[in-house]
Amino acid sequence: MVKAFGEFLLFLQSMLTRKERLTVLWQRTLDECIVIGINSIFIVAIVSAFIGAVTCVQIAYNLTNPLIPKSTIGYMVREMTILELAPTITSIVLAGKVGSSIAGGLGTMRITEQVSALEVMGINSASYLVFPRILASMLMFPLLVILAMALSIIGGYLAGSLTGALSAQEYVEGIRTDFIPYNIVFALIKSVVFAFLVSAISSFKGFYTQGGALEVGNASTTAVNNSIIAILIADFVLAALLL
Amino acid sequence: MIEVHNVQKSFDGNQILKGITCTFETGKCNLLLGGSGTGKSVLLQCIVGLMKPDLGSITFDGTVFTNNKVQIRQEIRRKIGMLFQGSALFDSMTVYENVEFPLKMLTPEMSREERRDRVEFCLKRVGLENAGTKMPSEISGGMKKRVGIARAIAPNCTYLFCDEPNSGLDPLTSIKIDELIHEITHEYGITTVVVTHDMNSVIEIGDHIIFLYKGQKLWDGNKDEILNAQVPELKEFIFSSSLVRAAKKVDDETEGGLAAATTDEAINI
Repeated sequence: MVKAFGEFLLFLQSMLTRKERLTVLWQRTLDECIVIGINSIFIVAIVSAFIGAVTCVQIAYNLTNPLIPKSTIGYMVREMTILELAPTITSIVLAGKVGSSIAGGLGTMRITEQVSALEVMGINSASYLVFPRILASMLMFPLLVILAMALSIIGGYLAGSLTGALSAQEYVEGIRTDFIPYNIVFALIKSVVFAFLVSAISSFKGFYTQGGALEVGNASTTAVNNSIIAILIADFVLAALLL
Repeated sequence: MIEVHNVQKSFDGNQILKGITCTFETGKCNLLLGGSGTGKSVLLQCIVGLMKPDLGSITFDGTVFTNNKVQIRQEIRRKIGMLFQGSALFDSMTVYENVEFPLKMLTPEMSREERRDRVEFCLKRVGLENAGTKMPSEISGGMKKRVGIARAIAPNCTYLFCDEPNSGLDPLTSIKIDELIHEITHEYGITTVVVTHDMNSVIEIGDHIIFLYKGQKLWDGNKDEILNAQVPELKEFIFSSSLVRAAKKVDDETEGGLAAATTDEAINI
């Protein structure tokens, strides 16, 4: 465990030494932004909209006390979405989609000697392949989380209105009650940390893949598992430190 | 010229290279010959810097490569072109982009037009002038090798390394790839090192051959000398090939040397 962590740190260090030209890195980062960000919009949108809808319906189901105003449902949907569901669930979904893609892609490049080809050309393969992926993740995860927040709250609004759990007016009233802007900042900080963890762990697992197709599959699975565990630990640590 | 001096390499206590000393000559096709597991590919990877030898030194035209400063190693690496066993083409790029890639990365001072001219020249040189827009997944194994060669020579490499260039190819395509490597070596006067266990390659392009056996260099010479070599392990290796046995028979009968024993004659026997 300690050895693996040490290797992980050395891997990160190797990525930062002998960096490629800025124009090359920027172009690579933009390419990765499309793969990591744009190509993930659909799944993030679907997941977050339905999570918002389900959260709203389930809170309404549990909130039977007539003394509690129905606008509380909107308030709770907002708080849960911003603080936890949007950053954490979105990052877990992205750990599955982006993490496995990064690990699989790098693993395949490794076993087909494409990484060696870069090294022989005198190119720092970690810097060229990994650094833009991490940078692109750290840029795109927060944007996807903002999208997830918005769609989740809209999902709750639609579900509440369509099922008759609460009126649109009550939902909007709840949404606007006691809003704390810092919660958004906290969620975005979480998303940046989660982005780093998912992309760095997945890159590490993929970059050092050895063997054949089976090992590439194993690397992807391990990358996703480790990323999710890292997200959950970081979620707790950040909540304890920043709230 | 590449000089390898007393290179040793072990994995988990198992010594793969047992102090290899040899020289790869400029302007020649230098073949690293040997059976599977004799350390050919490990030696090649040590030479190009993908592995670090435990002991020994590697020198490129008088400049020490092993354990030298990163900058000097980078300078040498930028003169190296390599054809990998599986071609190692970047599968997210077209054939054109693959060949252009080292130029973009290593020679930023080159203009787009100069790069385009160079890529077109290299693709034409390997006979793939019309394949630039294809993806690696759309071309055959032989074409991939040609693209690999074009990519290797694009930045005007001084040293060309080929790791089993014939693996997975039919005999006719293998011969064409061998001929291409041989022609390019002599045309540009580069130092070429080819790892192979294919005796056809030895007969076709073996200007200088180094035979490895169990991590040691047992013999070196050229293609005209190899059939008469008196090393039992080498004799066993080369005469395990039916084609070579046939060629040797022609050689003995015609006394014309290997030049007389063309592939066609050997096949007829």
